[in-house]
Amino acid sequence: MENKLVVSSSPHLHCGVNTREIMLDVLIALSPAAAASALLFGWRAAAVIIVCVASCMASEYISRIVLKKPQTVGDLSAVVTGVLLAFNLPATIPLWQAAIGGVVAIVVVKQMFGGIGHNFVNPALIGRIVLMASFPEDMNRWAAPLQGSLVVDGLTSATPLESLEQGGELAYSYQQLLVGIRPGCLGETCIIALLLGGLYLVVRRVISPLIPAVFVGTVFILTWLLGENPLVHILSGGLMLGAVFMATDYATSPINPAGKAVFAAGCGLLTVLIRVYGSLPEGVSFAIVIMNVLVPLIERATRPLPFGEERRLPKWLKR
Amino acid sequence: MTAADYKKTFMNGLLKENPILRLVLGTCPTLAITTAAINGLGMGAATTFVLVCSNIVISLLRRVIPDKVRLPAFIVVIAGFTTIVQMLVKAYLPAIDNALGIYLPLITVNCIILGRAEAFASRNSVGLSAMDGLGMGAGFTAALTLMGGIRELLGNGTLFGFPEGGVIPPITIFVLPAGGFFVFGMLIWLTDRLAERLDANAPKDKPAGCAACPNSAICQSAVPEGPAGSDNQEIRLETSSAGKGGGLS
Repeated sequence: MENKLVVSSSPHLHCGVNTREIMLDVLIALSPAAAASALLFGWRAAAVIIVCVASCMASEYISRIVLKKPQTVGDLSAVVTGVLLAFNLPATIPLWQAAIGGVVAIVVVKQMFGGIGHNFVNPALIGRIVLMASFPEDMNRWAAPLQGSLVVDGLTSATPLESLEQGGELAYSYQQLLVGIRPGCLGETCIIALLLGGLYLVVRRVISPLIPAVFVGTVFILTWLLGENPLVHILSGGLMLGAVFMATDYATSPINPAGKAVFAAGCGLLTVLIRVYGSLPEGVSFAIVIMNVLVPLIERATRPLPFGEERRLPKWLKR
Repeated sequence: MTAADYKKTFMNGLLKENPILRLVLGTCPTLAITTAAINGLGMGAATTFVLVCSNIVISLLRRVIPDKVRLPAFIVVIAGFTTIVQMLVKAYLPAIDNALGIYLPLITVNCIILGRAEAFASRNSVGLSAMDGLGMGAGFTAALTLMGGIRELLGNGTLFGFPEGGVIPPITIFVLPAGGFFVFGMLIWLTDRLAERLDANAPKDKPAGCAACPNSAICQSAVPEGPAGSDNQEIRLETSSAGKGGGLS
């Protein structure tokens, strides 16, 4: 009897889901958008995705060996980071630059801070931002979709948000925006594929729909209030990709529903501020990264009350 | 004073107590001006001049300056030499003056100089203090030039203004502030490893807190728990602001 009573700390029950399975679900959810990007932008899109994934996996593998830590490349989180990074790059980007983005994402943002679960911001987004700051010309050359294999030296044109920023007319119909027939980053254009993936993740209970819903809703309401076309703002840029796949990253988003709502609303607010008032046409990546950094504060402010305790209000709120 | 003492004092500033990479003093000019190697060299030379001169003068005056007002006295000496440097650079190297901008007059409040005045020159002979200034200045210049070189080469594709031949495409982020912080952190890590490897007597268990600071041997505020008196407290506060210099100045 004595030996059967084991005293240990919680959790005592495990549902059996592990990191690898969750990451596999995310990869399945990403596959429609990946297929759409290959259809829209040709073999070049597939090449960018493969290079990013390979660079991320190699970075993860090598840095775990150099750091003398248990190998984690098998949990597939590096693959997810690689795919997300590729989704945030234009199809015309030189492949060695895409590889640098993968190294920055995994080595600098993830492994230097302790590996999976310890990254303080989304690795793929920092990879994109570093590339944007390093190679602004290559990162802003948008290939027009559906040119077959001519992407690299073919037609280039402004993204919908860029033409709006310059005060131009929107040259794309809502149907085109939904299907993704517009210039833009690899994975962000096909809204239907992204929504399909998001639906899968929600059904599989990998993510809660709260963050994407509040994020997109905030952008919709704010752009509508500011007199912009809210539908265009929702259907263009990286909003759907960011809301479904980037802002929902476990390590860099709050745990509680209240915290999630605050976080997502902040993402939406910053996105609209950058898009409407900022000098950049698109601000989803910066909005998410800034809110990532604020997550510890949001968690502190939204800590749930233990049963039977009274909420301690700050002095200036008490009367 | 033997020659060995001088050599040891000089070498101290190069690696073991490198003001930038080991003591992490004077980080503000370090991050701001190291977008090009030549800026680092110019800033290093100007600071070395002020450091050596102020160390000599403060060492000469160390028995004259009353303890209570020593910090203002040090600053007056340092500011005097900084003004001389500023006028000289403005007259003879206007390009450097342009590149360094506000950071040239700000040498006055560079905490390396005040830190060395407080920690070394005010309690050592003139010769040793001059040597300390030279060593610290050389360490500062080397660190700044190295950092500027790396950032210029990777971020702009040039070194001391000469193009490197188009092998490395410029990665703009290295000349932006974010790249500065990144290169700075990497260099601190590398020198830490290097100093550890060169120092055979390094203890296996690294000390934590105040004792881990390379300056702890000469820093008054590192002395553990004195008697708690208000007078004592005041002195400790003063020395800690001077000895450690406080990060970003």
